[in-house]
Amino acid sequence: MFVRLVYESFRRQKRRKLLAGVAITLGVGVATAMIAVATDIGDKINRELRSYGANLVVTPQEDTLDLQIGGVDLKPPSDGAYLNEADLPKIRGTFWHHNIVGFAPMLPVNIDAGNAGSLTLLGTYFSKQLAFGKDDFVTGVRITHPWWKVEGAWPDDNSRDVLLGERLAAKVGRKPGDQIEIAGQSHRVSGILSTGGAEDDQIVAPLALAQQLLGKPGAVRRIYVSALTKPEDALARRDPKTMTPEMYDRWYCSPYVQSIAYQLQEVIPHSHAEQIRQVAQNEGTVLSRIKGLMLLVTLAALFASALAVSAAMATAIFERRNEVGLMKALGAGNVSISALFFTEAALLALMGGITGFAGGALLARQIGRSIFDSQINIQPVLFPVILAIAVIVTFAGSAAAIRRAVKFDPVYALRGEA
Amino acid sequence: MSFPPMQPPGIEDLAVRRSRKPHTSMFVRMLVRAAVLRRGRAASALLAMVVAAAVATAMLNLYVDVQAKLRREFRNYGANVVVVARNGQTLPTDALQTVESALAGHGLAVPFAYVVARTADGQSVVVSGTDFDQVRKLDSWWSVSAWPGAPKSALVGIRAASVVSPQGKPFDLSFQGHTVHLTAAGTLQTGAAEDSRVYIPLSDFEAWTSVPPSTIEIAASGSPEEVNATIQQLAKVLPAADVRPVRQIMEGEARVLGKTRATLLASATLIILTAALCVLSTLIGWVFDRRRDFAIMKALGASERLLNSFFAAEAAALGAVGAVIGFAIGVGVAAWIGRVNFQAPVVPRFSVLPVVLVGSIVVALISSVVPISLLRRVQPAMILRGE
Repeated sequence: MFVRLVYESFRRQKRRKLLAGVAITLGVGVATAMIAVATDIGDKINRELRSYGANLVVTPQEDTLDLQIGGVDLKPPSDGAYLNEADLPKIRGTFWHHNIVGFAPMLPVNIDAGNAGSLTLLGTYFSKQLAFGKDDFVTGVRITHPWWKVEGAWPDDNSRDVLLGERLAAKVGRKPGDQIEIAGQSHRVSGILSTGGAEDDQIVAPLALAQQLLGKPGAVRRIYVSALTKPEDALARRDPKTMTPEMYDRWYCSPYVQSIAYQLQEVIPHSHAEQIRQVAQNEGTVLSRIKGLMLLVTLAALFASALAVSAAMATAIFERRNEVGLMKALGAGNVSISALFFTEAALLALMGGITGFAGGALLARQIGRSIFDSQINIQPVLFPVILAIAVIVTFAGSAAAIRRAVKFDPVYALRGEA
Repeated sequence: MSFPPMQPPGIEDLAVRRSRKPHTSMFVRMLVRAAVLRRGRAASALLAMVVAAAVATAMLNLYVDVQAKLRREFRNYGANVVVVARNGQTLPTDALQTVESALAGHGLAVPFAYVVARTADGQSVVVSGTDFDQVRKLDSWWSVSAWPGAPKSALVGIRAASVVSPQGKPFDLSFQGHTVHLTAAGTLQTGAAEDSRVYIPLSDFEAWTSVPPSTIEIAASGSPEEVNATIQQLAKVLPAADVRPVRQIMEGEARVLGKTRATLLASATLIILTAALCVLSTLIGWVFDRRRDFAIMKALGASERLLNSFFAAEAAALGAVGAVIGFAIGVGVAAWIGRVNFQAPVVPRFSVLPVVLVGSIVVALISSVVPISLLRRVQPAMILRGE
């Protein structure tokens, strides 16, 4: 009898059930989308923060002091130590290699550029094809320095073409496609580079060309590494030498900027890796602010959708006073009437929850695609959580209305005097 | 059928009293009595309206204000504009004052002067003169063991420290034959070129080297348009210098801010839609519930227009009252979110009020028009019979 009551209630009151179901579906959909966006926003914003450029720099351990003013290197090229280019692919072999977005080696060389006088040529990777074991990957300044803009074309890493900084190009009057003389040889200018920094007065060339001009094959002055990191906390700042083994494992296996620096030092011989504090320190605060904001907004969304579901359920039950009156007049007890309503609510919540979850997942993907150009992943563990929330909210929303409906005198209800 | 010969005295009294009372419009009385007599239902409809308006206000307020809040965080990245002397020249002596008057408080300007000096054993090191109080504010990421306070005390980069003053001992630096004796107040770590430098107060620097500042680093606040306007103004007042935006900082900021705002906008839209839906379903239920009132009015001869305007006025009043109360609560919620997340309250934006007000009234009107137009087709007798 109970099952039939529930079944007939769904069969005969399609419109009302549909309305309540739609409200639950929408509420659950919005909640799912917001939770999915909020859990993934940290990762997405972290990737956007990489547009600030590298957050780690690797230098030779035994290096002499930098003599850099306004980005111009005054150190004689004979001075100081170098890293070995052959060690670079090993960066992909560190524990956190999935978090390393890219890296770019730098080798500044002072050169004589014919009538342009003496200036700095910077050797680097643009988007170089490298391999570590079976793992092929592409890296270079186009990834680590996304604010570098080129008018014309980026040079190929295996070519002998160069980029001219925009102020230098204006001074010597060169356009993309022109030739420029460097150390007695003529090179094609493939593009004009604009960075807003010291490179605007420099020539930027493939690393091999700079090494050849310097006469030191395989030499690299420093490596910029761009990595996705976790905001630093008390553990991150501790010195690994003073840690207990368990603590060390936890530190080593967390993507702190400090532990990634430590691992870079491990794979590159005679190197010193350091966080670039301007980038590394600030991204933590920006990230935690944005994450906190989205968390609070998600709470607001959950609140609004819970309210919408409760309102819809309360209205739906309030409209059925006559039915309650009839059932009571025929001798139904309070418990069995409440059980009927709660079963209906649970069924509605489950159906609305499942469709809402699917809709919310689609919505989250759409948001991810249109805003971040990447997928927003939805953890499968979210599904039971969302369903449970849907059932609880639907029950809570119905409870007050059911209580009122049950307490109502059947005589008044049947006479229509609400 | 005949009327009783005598009316009970009470009713006559009432009729007399009523006729003597000032004539409040029947329309207004109907509106007020409808709200007072069905307090429970009216209150739940109002509650839904208030909550929806509050959520909408909080989200809109946050959306408008979050940009300013996040910009402040982004200023921690340091200078977004630099003024440098052209090749081989120095900045005019009053350059810093010019920059500061052009900024007019909307930013921070810090002068830097550089020379390459020699240590006692002949090593080269870059020495910079600057204003420590300002640098502390501009470059908050500098990790400094102790800021120098006394004159002739230096902040030594962590890599320079091993060269110039290994045990933190006082040291001598010479530049073009002039020697200065400095004490190391603390060490500096940034992971960039600053690690290889020695920083000293600008006054000591100028007395020692007679070299004026060659760079002014500026953290200009405001939107990209405002920063660009600042750059153009600086270029105009300092024709002898190069004024450049720091593209790394400006582009990164624009990107992250744009994405955050877009996400927030998407979330705000979803939340406001959900809240509107909640109001819609509650109000439709409320109006539907009063089909008897509707039928009685119709049976007593009320015109379509009167009925429509009655329910519309009721909805509009509900929407307006709900919006105003909701606005006050929503402003409070936004301020609380600002305090919790940004350590600064979100300023109430009264420009949001008309949007919330109009939105609430429109939603309320829609939710009364839909059931009324359904009910209009039904005979009042059917409704009154409870079918």
